[in-house]
Amino acid sequence: MEENLWRQLVDWFGDPAHWIGPEGVPTRVLEHVQISATALLICLLIALPVGLYVGHARRMEFLAVSVANLGRAIPSLAILAIVFQVTLKLRPESAFGFLPTVIAMVFLGIPPILTNAYVGIQSVDQDTLEAARGMGLRPRQVLARLEIPLAMPLIVGGIRTAAVQIVATATLAAVISGGGLGRFIVDGFAGYDEGEMLAGVLLVAGLAILTEAVFAGIERLATPRTQSRGRRRARTIRPDVEPIARPVS
Amino acid sequence: MRTEQPFIRWDWIWDHLDDIGTQLVEHLYLTGIAVTIGLLIALPLGVYAYRHRWAYPPLTWFTGILYTIPSLALFVLLIPFTGLSTVTAEIGLVSYTLLILIRNIVAGLRSVPDDAKEAALGMGYTRRQLLWRVEFPLALPVIVAGIRIATVTTIGLVTVTSLIGKGGLGTFILQGRRRDFFTMTFVGSVLSVALALAADALLLLSQRRLTPWWRRRPTVEPVPLKPVA
Repeated sequence: MEENLWRQLVDWFGDPAHWIGPEGVPTRVLEHVQISATALLICLLIALPVGLYVGHARRMEFLAVSVANLGRAIPSLAILAIVFQVTLKLRPESAFGFLPTVIAMVFLGIPPILTNAYVGIQSVDQDTLEAARGMGLRPRQVLARLEIPLAMPLIVGGIRTAAVQIVATATLAAVISGGGLGRFIVDGFAGYDEGEMLAGVLLVAGLAILTEAVFAGIERLATPRTQSRGRRRARTIRPDVEPIARPVS
Repeated sequence: MRTEQPFIRWDWIWDHLDDIGTQLVEHLYLTGIAVTIGLLIALPLGVYAYRHRWAYPPLTWFTGILYTIPSLALFVLLIPFTGLSTVTAEIGLVSYTLLILIRNIVAGLRSVPDDAKEAALGMGYTRRQLLWRVEFPLALPVIVAGIRIATVTTIGLVTVTSLIGKGGLGTFILQGRRRDFFTMTFVGSVLSVALALAADALLLLSQRRLTPWWRRRPTVEPVPLKPVA
């Protein structure tokens, strides 16, 4: 049975008909990437400024926390279905295009970006900020020269989480009649075509893992070398150095 | 907005309270099994990775890949082997809990102060006693935080299993879409969100009950964990 599956998969990928036209692999990959990239871009435009502001001004922190909690609690399928239905009511002509999927993915991507930006900015050492202010830096300079650079690893980490989640979940767009790589899975499933189904699985999983790898690379670049290993170790060691009378064991 | 029928038909909800209750229980059942099995797998692995540092990176690497694979893809991948069954759903759901649980178990155990461990060893505790009486209780808040994230995530993912014929409340979401009947989608969505939030609150409450000493230092954040959402 397993060999048979393998055969079907190879046959499916080997069929040139699956590589051309509006339902071919390249088109679907492009669709998937387009949907995901558009959604991620909108997420960044909305979530980054808000997260940076909340972290910097330390105001409306409940907003960041509730967005994070709610974001985790809302099932992606639910958000897709609701957005689709609402689009169908309000703008039926765009319900079967990219629009509902992109909107749903924006809802999904905002929480990790916003939360991480907020946590990152907020966890910048108070003494450092105090020193900067003492040196005469204005609030905006503090944000641009200290807080954002120091929070960069966490901020990029949030973007990475959002990107992977968006790419993975955009698969479900096929369920609401959208495009993307999920089409192969849903259509293959509906038509008992195991070759097509598994090809879709492979493509989608591959794209998600590739996204993860790319953003992991960006995250590493965004982490200043001085801060990476040595600093983290220093931070974990510090409590031991504190002059607390320790029992000799 | 032009409407042939009301956006939400409350009478349908009233007439189908039985169905809704059944699916709600099914949803909880699928979630409960997944998190329980996930914990049973993650606890020994987490303890092992805590004691042997080399094991942690490969473990998070592997579970991280599992976590990255889109849920629908993972479910569908399993169909040729385990069919349209609860087993298929559970294998998928369990594999998504592993990364979150292992990460928090290890982070929790690592956060136990050396002083406490040394004191216990000095009092003659064996390694097993140390684990059960000192390390686990002190790591509990972080571990429960992991269980909370895993539970809430699983409640969301259960809705996706509706596509392979399971799904609990997700069944309503999918049926509502297929029949173009918004009321069903609405019921499924709202209840699954409510379920997730309720589970989150309940676990937070039980964590406070289990570890009353934790409340005395409310400012301490349990290790800057990277939010996995």
